[in-house]
Amino acid sequence: MSKQQQSFPGPDNITRITIPNGITILVRSNFNSPSVVIAGNLACGSLFDTDEKSGLADFTALGLMRGTKTRSFQQIFDALESVGAALSFGAGAHSTGFSGRSLIEDMPLMLNLLADVLRHPVFPAEQIERLRAQFLTSLAERAQDTGEMASITFDQIIYKGHPYARPEDGWTETIRAIQLDDLANFHQRCYGPRGMVIALVGAIEPKTAIDQVTAALGDWANPDQMTLPALPALKPIKKVTTRKVKIPGKSQADLIIGATGPYRKDPDYIADTLGNSVLGQFGLGGRIGNVVREKSGLAYYANSNLNAGIGPGSWSVNAGVNPANIEKARDLICKEIARFVEKAITPEELADSQSNFIGRLPLSLESNSGVANALLNIERYDLGLDYYRRYPEMVRSVTPEMVLTAARKYLDPERLAIAIAGP
Amino acid sequence: MKKTHSEHTLSNGLKILLKEIHTAPLVSSWVWYRVGSRDEVSGRTGISHWVEHMQFKGTPQFPASRLDRDISRDGGIWNAFTFMDWTTYLETMPADKIDLGLRLEADRMSNSLFDEKEVASERTVVISEREGNENEPFFLLSEAVQQAAFRVHPYHHEIIGDLVDLKSMSRDDLYRHYRSYYLPNNAIIGVAGDFKTSEMLARLRELFEPIPTGPLPPRLNNAEPAAKGEHRLTVEGPGETAFLDISYHAPAGSDPDFFPLTVLDSLLAGPSGLSIFGGGGLSNKTSRLYRALVEKEWAVGVGGSALTTIDPYLYSISITVHPDRIPEQVLAAFDAEVKRIQDEPVPAEEIGRAIKQARALFAYQNENITSQAAWLGHAEMFSNYDWFLTYLDKLSQVSPADIQATAQKYLRVQNRVVGTYIPNGAEAQA
Repeated sequence: MSKQQQSFPGPDNITRITIPNGITILVRSNFNSPSVVIAGNLACGSLFDTDEKSGLADFTALGLMRGTKTRSFQQIFDALESVGAALSFGAGAHSTGFSGRSLIEDMPLMLNLLADVLRHPVFPAEQIERLRAQFLTSLAERAQDTGEMASITFDQIIYKGHPYARPEDGWTETIRAIQLDDLANFHQRCYGPRGMVIALVGAIEPKTAIDQVTAALGDWANPDQMTLPALPALKPIKKVTTRKVKIPGKSQADLIIGATGPYRKDPDYIADTLGNSVLGQFGLGGRIGNVVREKSGLAYYANSNLNAGIGPGSWSVNAGVNPANIEKARDLICKEIARFVEKAITPEELADSQSNFIGRLPLSLESNSGVANALLNIERYDLGLDYYRRYPEMVRSVTPEMVLTAARKYLDPERLAIAIAGP
Repeated sequence: MKKTHSEHTLSNGLKILLKEIHTAPLVSSWVWYRVGSRDEVSGRTGISHWVEHMQFKGTPQFPASRLDRDISRDGGIWNAFTFMDWTTYLETMPADKIDLGLRLEADRMSNSLFDEKEVASERTVVISEREGNENEPFFLLSEAVQQAAFRVHPYHHEIIGDLVDLKSMSRDDLYRHYRSYYLPNNAIIGVAGDFKTSEMLARLRELFEPIPTGPLPPRLNNAEPAAKGEHRLTVEGPGETAFLDISYHAPAGSDPDFFPLTVLDSLLAGPSGLSIFGGGGLSNKTSRLYRALVEKEWAVGVGGSALTTIDPYLYSISITVHPDRIPEQVLAAFDAEVKRIQDEPVPAEEIGRAIKQARALFAYQNENITSQAAWLGHAEMFSNYDWFLTYLDKLSQVSPADIQATAQKYLRVQNRVVGTYIPNGAEAQA
């Protein structure tokens, strides 16, 4: 193993422990800067939402910091902002995440606040109504955002009938329908220490970090804490399906073309990510960037994206184009997708992306937040503490044929979802 | 802050700043040119940014396809930014691979091709980038405010340029701009990371010293005459949300007044790190304007921006208006808060708080070699690196009286442009 690889997170420099109430703590020390990143998640998310009140998990997460039994909204943020610290929450489908940072001297304060807002939020009416107006404004802005609306529309096609079809931040009507009690009830039913993960990266010894987390959260208990519902089966689309959202007055349209993708834990995941790199990431956007941007000048951005998580992911090509060029861009992209699943990528193309994946590791693991994300991924997908040490070998072992086989599982030119949002 | 860097100038006038950092096996290199949108006359707006795009289109030695491939293969990141005052190119790479980035930058300082076909395809890419910007209400508003604030000084147009100019500029215009400004004596290199200074300097000398010097192009800098009264304007467009952009003529980055302005901004609208990567990620919920506007439900969001420009630019407050309010009411509430900071001395502890926030933002930036390298040249563009090294000390010297004087001097109604975005209510239709 190279010296560089030894500097990556691994079993010899990550401390991992699960305390009796179910919270898993991961720590990696980094004394290069007098700061710390604290990030993590709880096992509750928008999968608990209903269609009528979609956005409830996210609304609840945003409401946590609006007041606790002993602290007002202004007191919470005064404590944080006075020391240049930050803490924020947000909900995804399977989890509610949090992320914060502070100077190392303020870490006890951070953990104290984190524990307080997680355990004792009171969702004060005045604050929650204020938050609701802010939430509704951001949804009104979302409705005007061609990229966001194309993305929501794309998810509605590929996840039809599945909870992933719902945007995590809900809709204007559903956010209006949520009652004050809904937030408190959601918190009571869904928040708890079981399945919670917290990663701390920065200028601190593991033992101190674990002691401080245990002091703040070790006696948290919630016997009512519910378990997330299982995901229903997903029905794949049977033919090319196009849906447009009209947003009048805009200068540019967003176009998304693709299909469902792998689970993060699928064995072919690494082959998929390498394929995605060749298709629309490597350099200035891989094959897609080359054809759509470099050769045709059709877009400022054109690339492909692979999202994989606990459930079925997505694999798509995204481009921002002049409304007059939508068809042209769509045809070029569909042609590239067809070529991608017809014939294996060349060994040179694969080697380029393999080299990039391995070479960029030091950069992605440079900052405390980069390492914290890596630790949370290791935990969430059960990758093993030595994952980043093994990663280069896993990347190198992929062949062009493996990429082709993997890509064919997801991308079928006869069954693509096409979402367009623009004027 | 301790001096941990070294400065050198090559015989062709290229200035070099080097800072060794051995925390990670990475090196970040930034080449800065003294050219930006403020160097563009009418008919050529956007040319500096477009030239930046063309710098990724190849030289005889590094054809477009290879450039990209070689950097990416090595796991590096590379990018470029065009600002009003400068244009910069960066590579952050594994330490043993940075030589490629350095060779590439030396090469494209004078050898870029500006192939006619590439110019044609990039024209539509840049136009597409502008169209993407136009999708954002706040871009439309701030473009109008900026244009109203500067009649004489070339800060009057957006960096991306005007559509009519993007359609009409030629390959020769672009190439001439490139050759006029991309000169070693008009550039600075800042490199930070895991290297030995003597070796890095020798390599930079080898690569960059042969590049011939040229006549320094004059910079456009017509001083903007003092405003003779408040200017108000409206922009109408799609959406349901109204925005305000309240912009005051502000001191240059190197002006001593810039430090109290930074603290003033922190008190009014929340802390910001001033790095070229933007804010710094701290919330502003206890700032004066958040409490006065958002907590009182006049607005749903507020932010401030003071930029380190060479010439006096704008201190801008952006406000997202609450759906139940009209912009006029919000402006009145805003003005009451400005009056308060002009009339009443700020408690010293509020300043102490701003200093602590700035210290924290510095520590966060220092986790990252790329942002440390960025400051080497960035500070030189509008002042010098000493500005950065003494920044926290200068902030610490700001007194309550300085804050009050700065608020009185700059945050005057006569000194501002107020732009309002009026939504025409169009809704998305499925």
